[in-house]
Amino acid sequence: MRERIDFSDVTFRYQEDAPPVLKDVDFFIDKGEWVAIIGHNGSGKSTIAKLMNGLLFAESGDVSVDGSVIHTDNVWEIRKKVGMVFQNPDNQFVGTTVRDDIAFGMENHGVPREVMLEKVAEVLRDVQMESYEEHEPHRLSGGQKQRVAIAGVLAVAPDYMVLDEATAMLDPKGRQDILETVREVQEHSDLTLITITHDLREIVAADRVIVMNEGEVWFEGTPREVFAHKDALSTIGLDVPFVAKLTQEMKKHGISFDREPLNHEEMVEELWNLHSTK
Amino acid sequence: MELTFNEVTFIYSPGTPFEFKALEDLSMHVPSGSYTAVIGHTGSGKSTLIQHVNALLQPTEGSVQVGDFVMEAGKKNKNLRSLREKTGIVFQYPEHQLFEETVEKDIAFGPKNFGVEQKEIEERVTNALEAVQLTEDVREKSPFDLSGGQMRRVAIAGVLAMKPKVLVLDEPTAGLDPRGQKEMMEMFYTLHEREGLTTVLVTHSMEDALTYADDVVILNDGKKFMEGKPLEVFKRKEELKQVQLDVPEVLEFLEKVEKRTGISINYEKQPIAELAKELAFRLERRDDYE
Ligand SMILES: Nc1ncnc2c1ncn2[C@@H]1O[C@H](COP(=O)(O)OP(=O)(O)OP(=O)(O)O)[C@@H](O)[C@H]1O
Ligand SMILES: Nc1ncnc2c1ncn2[C@@H]1O[C@H](COP(=O)(O)OP(=O)(O)OP(=O)(O)O)[C@@H](O)[C@H]1O
Ligand SMILES: [Mg+2]
Ligand SMILES: [Mg+2]
Repeated sequence: MRERIDFSDVTFRYQEDAPPVLKDVDFFIDKGEWVAIIGHNGSGKSTIAKLMNGLLFAESGDVSVDGSVIHTDNVWEIRKKVGMVFQNPDNQFVGTTVRDDIAFGMENHGVPREVMLEKVAEVLRDVQMESYEEHEPHRLSGGQKQRVAIAGVLAVAPDYMVLDEATAMLDPKGRQDILETVREVQEHSDLTLITITHDLREIVAADRVIVMNEGEVWFEGTPREVFAHKDALSTIGLDVPFVAKLTQEMKKHGISFDREPLNHEEMVEELWNLHSTK
Repeated sequence: MELTFNEVTFIYSPGTPFEFKALEDLSMHVPSGSYTAVIGHTGSGKSTLIQHVNALLQPTEGSVQVGDFVMEAGKKNKNLRSLREKTGIVFQYPEHQLFEETVEKDIAFGPKNFGVEQKEIEERVTNALEAVQLTEDVREKSPFDLSGGQMRRVAIAGVLAMKPKVLVLDEPTAGLDPRGQKEMMEMFYTLHEREGLTTVLVTHSMEDALTYADDVVILNDGKKFMEGKPLEVFKRKEELKQVQLDVPEVLEFLEKVEKRTGISINYEKQPIAELAKELAFRLERRDDYE
């Protein structure tokens, strides 16, 4: 049995008489990978996330985690493996203080009491919210709520972590800090990371990208492969990063690149090579 | 309509265990018809600040003036209705402002509440749906049966349908797809110009602040940290770092280019195509680039 999340020919609709919002969606995500799921508004990303931990069930096809098809009778097991942060964290808070909220999640995962308080402090430091332990989750700022929700999932250390636009309310630097924290966790564990995002710079850093369009998988590949489809992407509501745009424009002026740069570092190196060989 | 904050301090739930000072001695002025971006780290007080504009929050100390409406600490507000008719706020989380059974009713709520005629309401709803690029088939849906980005669009449509004079946008593009982000910002800007609105944009996108705003105000820990023209503010990279903020991506990139290659390009909001041309010429050592 492979350790992975597997969608095989999944079709889903919210109401019987409505058209399907996912059509024959078929992909897998291997243990240890970082996969970004992108796509226009309403393309089915959050629906996919909810199918991954048994909040919704496929109409046809199967969703399985580590070989077990998700059913109503194993959702609690599945949810221990698949941790999730939603688009709006308000729906997720249960505790009356930030500390209780995070501890409550750990209790559900059977974390022993002795390590709990220590762990709460640690994850709050990770998301820079250490001075808010006593605050009420609902009385936090938009970005603070997201930070606390992420701390909550870090605390239970699930095998699969699904972040559904979980950093959308953070500034670019805050976003980067959080992702670095998560990457660090990934380095010394076998964490699988699934991020649903519209942030182009975040997508570039993922191992693999699944592009959704109108409920179907439109493309799957590395960020470089995805962003090579600049024009096609823009027809489905997406875009390429600044660096990719600049590269394309520079080509119009006769500049050729050894390898399509995707981030600042690659681009600056390319420019340096071009410059020094002139 | 101009906005003025005079030495505003705001404390949440004073005298309770939840007491928290979110704004401290903050003064600022937004001239009528201008476009101001408010930026700042997580929890710096941006959403607290903008909720004073339509008197959802009232200063604990100091005063806020919106047009000829004055809100003072400790005094009861009169004429709230006329203030709220003129000031439209798009909240950070759309769920906080959606409540009707259908999308259509939700968008119509504002104008209806302020006594706009039925025929005109219908027109406004149709126009607002179009402006936020929602298809007609969502009209009868519950706003809560929509995707995150679609909900955001409904929330924006509801504010547009009120035809406010002051437009306050709290992270209005969070959750929108890349095309949606760009088109929505362009739509706001067109509206701002065409209707002579006073616009306040809270954003984490330094790019948007740079592209659209006349003025930028930076908050830190509930206090005003800096203000000025976007290009000037974003030159002060070291100071921004102190308050955990980055500069717009294009400036960050050009700085890296200069460090590595010595090619220095003066950024004056030129479009990417122009920037690419300039870079290409400089790379080829055609120093006569104009
Ligand atoms: N509870 C619901 N009931 C009915 N339809 C729904 C419900 N939730 C979502 N939908 C519809 O299903 C489709 C897919 O929604 P989903 O939330 O998966 O999109 P998404 O890709 O996450 O979009 P976004 O980027 O806007 O968050 C959309 O057309 C949406 O309107
Ligand atoms: N209802 C409340 N009760 C107590 N404190 C609050 C409440 N709402 C916000 N705060 C606190 O006030 C401070 C400012 O919050 P505010 O929402 O204005 O921040 P913000 O700049 O909008 O942040 P973000 O970028 O994360 O949205 C934060 O430290 C927050 O925890
Ligand atoms: Mg979604
Ligand atoms: Mg806020």
